[in-house]
Amino acid sequence: MRSIWRTLDAELWRGVLAIAVAAAVNGASFGAIAVSAGFPLWVPVVMSLLVFAGGSQYLVVGVVAAGGSPIAAVLGGLVLNARHLPFGLAVGDVVGRGWAARLLGSHLMIDESVAYAMAQRDATRARAAYWACGAALFAAWNLGVLGGSLAGTLVDDPSTLGLDAVFPAVMLALVLPALKDRAKLLPALLGAAVALAATPFLPAGVPVLLALVGLVAVPRTQALTA
Amino acid sequence: MTGNLTLVPILVLAAGTFAFRFGGTLLRDRVRMPERVRDLLGTGAIVLLVALIATSALTRGPAFAGWALPAGVLVGGLLAWRKAPCVVVVIAAAAATALLRLAGVA
Repeated sequence: MRSIWRTLDAELWRGVLAIAVAAAVNGASFGAIAVSAGFPLWVPVVMSLLVFAGGSQYLVVGVVAAGGSPIAAVLGGLVLNARHLPFGLAVGDVVGRGWAARLLGSHLMIDESVAYAMAQRDATRARAAYWACGAALFAAWNLGVLGGSLAGTLVDDPSTLGLDAVFPAVMLALVLPALKDRAKLLPALLGAAVALAATPFLPAGVPVLLALVGLVAVPRTQALTA
Repeated sequence: MTGNLTLVPILVLAAGTFAFRFGGTLLRDRVRMPERVRDLLGTGAIVLLVALIATSALTRGPAFAGWALPAGVLVGGLLAWRKAPCVVVVIAAAAATALLRLAGVA
């Protein structure tokens, strides 16, 4: 743990802080949406602590609020969260070796912490970035959700504040460094195109998983020599 | 009519999500993978993240999200590319989207 603190320089901290602020804002927007849709306060709060995956939480609350069945909502959320399996395969070594570290580290695995870890230049920084980002995000997201749920109906429509642009913008900032590598850019663009094309026809979450077909665009020369 | 969400579905979602997270790290440890496969997994994570960005910036449910949202995300992305601090990216993206909506752009 101490080595994580030592590795965190000002640059890493600034990144973590900004990501945490964005998560708190996004969390507040989730809490407000859930409460104004008629759910009791504990629903967004408990869900955020235990599930800790924003996209699936929005999906579940949205489906049930629209009169859909909770079973369908949970299945959709699980499909959406299935991407954490390949995330774990990709960043498993930064999560930690011991059982305690791995159990806790797994729960902190979220789009931002994975992207931030992958944006680092070496394994030590990747580990520090993953843990700092994951822990800060957990605190910020849950506090944001609590605040938003309490403020609840103050904001009638969070979309007028443009808060839905925060998550994709932060994620874009995080993955940009990785996209300088053409061997990642081409598969990513192809995957995004596939996901977008599939979105009107498939249930939420499936299009994102389908994006993995973009891996066929990994250049063969790299694949052979690597 | 809402509020039809009890603790059980929330626990199922939480347990399933944790299983995905934990299972991935466990599999990485148990299975010896050649370097090439590891590289592919790293690229796979980026592919998933970019697809998530694209769908959350351009779609809402099964339909197009309107122009204000992707325009705001694009403003944020350009600032990030110009090495702006992350806080600036966040505020600019939300502000651009909010202003466009205020101006009547969906």
